[in-house]
Amino acid sequence: MNWLLKGARVVDPAAKVDAVGDVLVKDGKIARVGGSIPPDNAKVLDLAGKIVAPGFIDMHVHLREPGREDEETMETGSAAAAAGGFTSIAVMPNTDPWNDNQGITEYIVSQAKERATVNVFPIGCISKQGKGEELAEIGDMVKSGIVAVSDDGHPVSSSHLMRMALEYTKIFDIAVIDHCEERTLSHGGVMHEGYHSTVLGLRGVPAASEDIMVARDCILAEMTGGRIHIAHLSTQRSLDLIRRAKAAGIRATCEVTPHHLALTDAAVVHSGYDTNTKMNPPLREEADRLALLTGIEDGTVDAIASDHAPHNPVEKEMEFDQAPFGILGLETAVSIALDRLLHAGRVDLHRLIALFTTGPARILNLPRGTLAIGASADITVLDLDKRVEVRVSEFRSKSRNAPYDGWQLKGAPILTLVGGRMAFDGRS
Amino acid sequence: MTPEAGFRLRHKHLLGIEPLESDEIRLILDTAESFLEISKRPIKKVPTLRGRTIVNLFMEPSTRTRSSFEIAQKRLSADSLNLAASSSSVSKGESLVDTARNLEAMAPDVIVLRHPAAGAPHLLSKVCRASIVNAGDGAHEHPTQALLDAFTMRQKKGRIEGLEVAIVGDLLHSRVVRSNIFLLRKLGAKVRVSGPPTLVPPGLEKLDVAVETQMDAALEGADVVMMLRVQKERMVHGAFPSLREYFHLYGLTFERLRQAKPDAIVMHPGPMNRGVEIAADVADGSTSVILEQVTNGVAVRMAVLYLLSGGAVGELAA
Repeated sequence: MNWLLKGARVVDPAAKVDAVGDVLVKDGKIARVGGSIPPDNAKVLDLAGKIVAPGFIDMHVHLREPGREDEETMETGSAAAAAGGFTSIAVMPNTDPWNDNQGITEYIVSQAKERATVNVFPIGCISKQGKGEELAEIGDMVKSGIVAVSDDGHPVSSSHLMRMALEYTKIFDIAVIDHCEERTLSHGGVMHEGYHSTVLGLRGVPAASEDIMVARDCILAEMTGGRIHIAHLSTQRSLDLIRRAKAAGIRATCEVTPHHLALTDAAVVHSGYDTNTKMNPPLREEADRLALLTGIEDGTVDAIASDHAPHNPVEKEMEFDQAPFGILGLETAVSIALDRLLHAGRVDLHRLIALFTTGPARILNLPRGTLAIGASADITVLDLDKRVEVRVSEFRSKSRNAPYDGWQLKGAPILTLVGGRMAFDGRS
Repeated sequence: MTPEAGFRLRHKHLLGIEPLESDEIRLILDTAESFLEISKRPIKKVPTLRGRTIVNLFMEPSTRTRSSFEIAQKRLSADSLNLAASSSSVSKGESLVDTARNLEAMAPDVIVLRHPAAGAPHLLSKVCRASIVNAGDGAHEHPTQALLDAFTMRQKKGRIEGLEVAIVGDLLHSRVVRSNIFLLRKLGAKVRVSGPPTLVPPGLEKLDVAVETQMDAALEGADVVMMLRVQKERMVHGAFPSLREYFHLYGLTFERLRQAKPDAIVMHPGPMNRGVEIAADVADGSTSVILEQVTNGVAVRMAVLYLLSGGAVGELAA
């Protein structure tokens, strides 16, 4: 099916385009952009007043397949992504079994091709079984389609292994994504260490646990010339370390999550120990949240990523100490960003779209996140004025673990095209 | 200062001291006075809670608190059921929520919960119709302990307001210290705390208490000295090098007690480690009120159960 997206404001940070005009999609590719284009057998989508952007990329998703299909599947995860405005997702390797070899990578790629409605890009393990001991066969996995490596869920505790990973991945020019956590400091912690953990009597995870590893990773990236990417960066000091590393020419990048931008550790108090406020890294203090917003504004932050982490309700409805870490994010990330960043005056639309497109595309070496002629027709359409109330019970995700139920947000994705196919149509 | 007749608690549950208003705390303490008298009678039983069902769900070992609640229930003529479960409900295959729903199906009026995880009573209060009484949740709160401590201070000192209270020990893992700080600040006492810096949680000073690294500084001029239990496993986690050294730095001796006021009382929530946080002679000395705390615990718990069951001032059955 060919589409003519008519009359929207087209914003493409990759091409520095921002103008009202049409976009023609032909045979799954971008065929023409700008001006008034005749329909010529294409199906016309009237999008006056809306925003047409390159397809959004969520570079940090736990799809749970293979192994935990009770929590999320190719079908439900990709439907959630499409409804959330994402045309591409990069999926973390901490599945069961871990994606640490070519066989699993090929399985994920083939299943995604068959069953997913968005592009799925696997991330491979740094180490065999994510154990942090020996390198996984990264070269094999690259051949089969991984776009980066990470032991996410686990930090890379061995500095030697991290050094080896940063050096070895130079062969393939891919990023090493680290979940930064110094475990001897975070051991047993379930929320951010500070005043609120003291009052609630919960074991704390100090900010230093993250900061020490971010500092180590930057030092090793400088030493090796490798590419380090910090997953879900959450503290003021870590952000500052990345800012300084970038200024020094170190190949370091970072992502932040919508929940660390929108919430603080006070949410654990106000929700009365709701386990949907438990994630790793934990919700931090207001000073950290404000620092992340500054990092979004000044360009230190490269991408917004959801860290979408579905959990079975039986496992999440537990004592706070025992519940697993993580919350859903695919279906709320874009609305939270539009409401809390764009409408709050923190960033302009260009920068906001870049955080979801060129930012992650560059880190993952994806030829996406652009409306260039001939590029795959991955398109996200936004309605900046649409008011939404989050209803967790209506999520397309198979899981329900999100702290946003009832939130009123301004701005939402309303249409998603993936390779010219309509993956989501939320126009009302 | 006695509350007006008919005054009731504004809360259905006792999840902690933090949510209570000072008049509610006074109501509980005043009500406990009446129940203390019952415990001194030859026949220590009143029909106040006849026909009410109370479940004592203890998912962590406890002797003192559990028997205190149980005696309180018997003296009020309530029907009670004791359930002791392994601390890890997961290892038994049933979640806390499932356990609670099963209990709920038997329509108890009150569930008394002791649990190793902070916030477990809050979880229960979201899925149960029964009133939940927190009998200690992880390092969060132990509200009935703080109430009986306050009751004892008031009994010995005639007031709470203006008292200088020193609390010494493992502040990081103690639910007793948190509940006591909330209660004592609400009723106008001044609180100083002391313990090894490795066992002081961050931000404690924001609760309007003086945090002293040196024990003597905390004791100076105190009316009340409350010692907290030190658990041996904390040593293993590296918070201090040996029990011996702990005692030298933070153990209460008569020598140290001289820093406090001459008429200062010594308290301990139990169970005590003699020779670790408190010298045996101090624990057994004339300034110690440790066993009176236990006696008062029954009266305070009777008051809590009575008030949560809808009781009010002036309606107490004799």
